[in-house]
Amino acid sequence: MSFNISGATAQVEAVSVAEPSVGEQQKTIQGKSPWVLASRRLRRDRASMISLGIIIFIVVCAIAAPVFAAITGHGNMTQYNTIGRTPAGQPVGPSSTFWLGTDSQGRDLLVRIMYGARVSLFVGVAATAVTVIGGTILGLAAGFFGGWIDSVIARFFDWLLAIPFLLLAIALFSVAVQSPIFGFIGPGLPIVIIVLGFFGWASVGRIVRGQVLSIKEKEYIEAARALGAGPWRIMFIDVLPNLLAPLIVYTTLLIPLTIVGAASLSFLGVGVQPPTADWGQMINDASGMFLYGSWWYLLFPSLALLITTLVFNIFGDGVRDAFDPRGDLYV
Amino acid sequence: MARFLIRRVSQGLFVLLLMTFTIYAIFFLGPGPQQVARVLAGKEATPAQIAAIAAHFELNQPWYVAYGHFLAQIFFHGNFGYDYYNSVPVTTSIMQALPITLSLVIGAAILWLAIGLFTGIVSAVKTRSFADRALTAQALLFYSMPVFVLGLLFIWIGYSVLTTHGVAIFPAPGSWTPFTTNPLAWAHDLILPWLTIALVSAATYTRLTRGAMLDVFGEDYIRTARSKGMPEKRVIVVHNLRASLTPVVTQFGLDVGVLLGGAIITETVFSLPGLGWTAIKAIQSQDLPLVMGITIVASVAVVILNMAADIMYAVLDPRVRIH
Repeated sequence: MSFNISGATAQVEAVSVAEPSVGEQQKTIQGKSPWVLASRRLRRDRASMISLGIIIFIVVCAIAAPVFAAITGHGNMTQYNTIGRTPAGQPVGPSSTFWLGTDSQGRDLLVRIMYGARVSLFVGVAATAVTVIGGTILGLAAGFFGGWIDSVIARFFDWLLAIPFLLLAIALFSVAVQSPIFGFIGPGLPIVIIVLGFFGWASVGRIVRGQVLSIKEKEYIEAARALGAGPWRIMFIDVLPNLLAPLIVYTTLLIPLTIVGAASLSFLGVGVQPPTADWGQMINDASGMFLYGSWWYLLFPSLALLITTLVFNIFGDGVRDAFDPRGDLYV
Repeated sequence: MARFLIRRVSQGLFVLLLMTFTIYAIFFLGPGPQQVARVLAGKEATPAQIAAIAAHFELNQPWYVAYGHFLAQIFFHGNFGYDYYNSVPVTTSIMQALPITLSLVIGAAILWLAIGLFTGIVSAVKTRSFADRALTAQALLFYSMPVFVLGLLFIWIGYSVLTTHGVAIFPAPGSWTPFTTNPLAWAHDLILPWLTIALVSAATYTRLTRGAMLDVFGEDYIRTARSKGMPEKRVIVVHNLRASLTPVVTQFGLDVGVLLGGAIITETVFSLPGLGWTAIKAIQSQDLPLVMGITIVASVAVVILNMAADIMYAVLDPRVRIH
């Protein structure tokens, strides 16, 4: 029974720890869980719902990319050297055959963009997961145990933040091209996910640590301790669930940042490697030739990338406002 | 305050030491001494040259001796090694690239602070107004905009399309005039790169400033100030802005620090031979001493600016000093 109570309070705290507000307390009296309230607020937010619709559309495009390739008959790797290129070897513009034109290799740009969505979404989610899981574990340990563990983790975070991340990613890539790091981390997707996942630990970890420090002082933690719960039980059963709300918010806002990060690495040529279709790499390829006329090659991958990050950001803002009702007062 | 300063500076120095070791480990320990000497010497080096380089870096000694030597060279002699690829000391290559990166970052930083703070303040003071909504939407758009997309868009529209239609107001990408030669041409050449960095960065500041000011408007001391009959302008500037600036200062330290190590993407898009561009070229040509030199400069910039931001934070917000 007592654990039920502590669980319920815990969930309320998850929200009010971050931002205490009068509105939240009034609503709890009605006996609805913060999760129900948050999802209702989110569903009422039109911008978030439209963004969510577009996100689902992008996901569907990514999954259905082979289906679409089969319908058009244009494989994502197939080079159409006669119809997909001008006599001078330049890409051809949008037409009824190639809706968005072709790329520098005479491949169907639309099909390539749909395949590129797979890479972007996969990296966005996978690297964000690495970031959030790693950061949460470290932040939890730092905040919960304090003392020397906290100091060591704090210096570790300082060190992470001092690393010039793009430079190091490029350097690691150049090392990995010669021989896989530790024998298995080769250039391309693995290095992108590791680099992007690793560098976010400090920011997630600091947020989690701050939350844990304030949660640690709550009565229900004292109650759990009084009931004889050990540190690990308190950490995972009593503290961790209260971190879920801020973590969900942070994760949704981190995905677009990670997608841009991955695209930036590809743009610099140290990310996902050709011939895999990837937006950053397409933009990089286009950047050398769009001044000679093939504007579609620059425009459409850029739009795909921009729209994806934009809808994720709008949705992320919506999720944050839903969990943080104080936003209602202002926006 | 003195204790806070000492603690913060010693932390910074410690992180810096860790960084030099990280860089040393990646470039020297990973590949093994012989491989390092071969790469450092360049493709056409004779075995004798390779041996001389291995001896110079004390690569045949235990790693801590070699690392100590490496550190001593940097800190006591300012010697970052020799750029065997371009046949000049690394410091020469860095000093050539530094003015370009500095110009890029200083100009952009002034612009983005001005844009970000102004839009953030307007947004917060006129909450829910049309201006607020427009500025918030604008900030969201640029916040989502990858730097290279905006840069290429500027080159396409601002340079290519305008120039072919006879409106040649923006220079071709890659243009660069030193400030000392002609300040006006300097600024003219850098407008598009500045705008690229500034618009993307300003979005974060708009969001930060707006959020922080709205938080502070809810504080009791703002109500007190208003109830004393204080003019709203003074409430905003003296009471709210000072408290709201603290997160902005932290973010500013982080951003400038990272960019000083090379605005890599912007420099690549606009073909400006600053630190970031030089580093990429150096990595492509396996010019390891130069890559290491730039990476160290970049980390020093990040550590120092983070430190400066924390100290500024303590100056602005006396509550920080106590903890």
